[in-house]
Amino acid sequence: MIVVERPGLRTTVQDLGRFGYAHLGVPRSGAADSFSMRLANALVGNPFNHAVLETTLAGPALRFRADAVVAVTGAPAPIAVDGEPRGFGRSFAVAAGQLLEIGRAAAGLRSYAAVAGGVDVPPVLGSRSFDTLSNLGPPPLARDMALPIGAAGLATPGLSASDAIVASVLPARPVRIVRGPALECFSDEAWHALRTGAFSVSPRSDRVGVSLRGPSIEWRRDQKSMTIGMVPGAIQVPPDGNPVVLLADHAVTGGYPVVAVVISADLPLIAQARPGTSLRFAEVTTGEAAAAWADAEALYSRI
Amino acid sequence: MTTERGDQLAGVRAIGDAALLIDVRPAARHALADAIRRVDGVTDVVPGESTVLVRLRPGRDLAAVEATLRADVDIGDGNDDVLAELVEIRVRYDGVDLDDVARATKLSRNEVVAEHLRGEYVVAFMGFVPGFAYLDGLPASLQVPRLATPRVRVDAGSVAIAGSRCCIYPNATPGGWRVVGHTRETLFDPSRTPPARLACGMRVRFVEA
Repeated sequence: MIVVERPGLRTTVQDLGRFGYAHLGVPRSGAADSFSMRLANALVGNPFNHAVLETTLAGPALRFRADAVVAVTGAPAPIAVDGEPRGFGRSFAVAAGQLLEIGRAAAGLRSYAAVAGGVDVPPVLGSRSFDTLSNLGPPPLARDMALPIGAAGLATPGLSASDAIVASVLPARPVRIVRGPALECFSDEAWHALRTGAFSVSPRSDRVGVSLRGPSIEWRRDQKSMTIGMVPGAIQVPPDGNPVVLLADHAVTGGYPVVAVVISADLPLIAQARPGTSLRFAEVTTGEAAAAWADAEALYSRI
Repeated sequence: MTTERGDQLAGVRAIGDAALLIDVRPAARHALADAIRRVDGVTDVVPGESTVLVRLRPGRDLAAVEATLRADVDIGDGNDDVLAELVEIRVRYDGVDLDDVARATKLSRNEVVAEHLRGEYVVAFMGFVPGFAYLDGLPASLQVPRLATPRVRVDAGSVAIAGSRCCIYPNATPGGWRVVGHTRETLFDPSRTPPARLACGMRVRFVEA
């Protein structure tokens, strides 16, 4: 059992999300940066889909009622147990009665705290993720809230991932995209601007979508766009020309044309882009996107 | 009537690296969606206006999945009307926009209600929030634009119209459609099976409460 002493700016429980209900309008939800979530689970010996805590910029203070093993990944933030610093991207022990504090992220946006055994709140429609679009799943952390922890497997403090793996989710390189299904809705200039321009992440960004400011992505005139099923990473362009990259809690269908789609391997970069972050895009083929995913899988399966 | 296998899958495009978007004539959307849901590796199938989105676990070879779909998916005549369940929704016509709709359509309040009751609706697709159904079949006489500025809050159960469609808000949410009435039906409840009252392809008739 964990008791929340300070919830942080916005901290939610997340696993990999809800599958099989999208046709009823239920978003996938799940960890915005699923790579860091999986890494945190791996470091504490959990199955990859155990529920973890996802912070937003500033993390929580948590009182442990039982001995536990914890690891924090994603956005690098100072970590302390009863005021003593602990390593980021590394598993460590927390004894019953101790206070774990996750501070303000130095880079990135979302840190992931896994506890051996997982956060064992009741699942809703097969998932322990909180969906911010529809308020499905366990409510966000609040002061004095108690979080049950599941039975831990074999968890070893001192397990660490390489700095390169931990940092690979930060948006420090161009985000790779493939062409979208509605490219014909956009002028050649718009498509060129998307691939060459610098975009800034707007403060009006959340788990539903990351809104960008930069060169305007103009529609061709008189476009009639059809409502289609959406995917995370879809770059939708509303009539104002400011692209929105869909994230975990996006609505299952949408009517704005999709100019491009962020590849699965680079979705963590979008999830970790805090307001003000400068983003650039680089076009790749679907073959290159598949290879990038295979590379990421190989990296994570070695941990 | 015979249908050649696979001829419904004429237009198949990748959308990103973990999904395929299949063009399909509207009347075959739901039959196609049901057939695809059974294919291995598919996590979600989402009908759209004239497409079906097939979401896959990342890492799947999209070309191989497309080949499997072409070989295995047989939707027969693919005529959704034959399969559709009819749902009756009881409505109190007390919507805040009823007078505005009457003015815009040059009908009386009672005529707006009669026209709305006359509609034979079909769930075209879902979206916005869980359990939110976009209903085709609004009579042409009732077609009005959305509100210029959406409301911050629309009550759960609000029955509303905009453009050529009708909807029912499952929960209190922001919304820009014009509210003509309310229903006490629960449109979405995660503890029920299935959690949504309406699903793609279902036929809906409104009954005055």
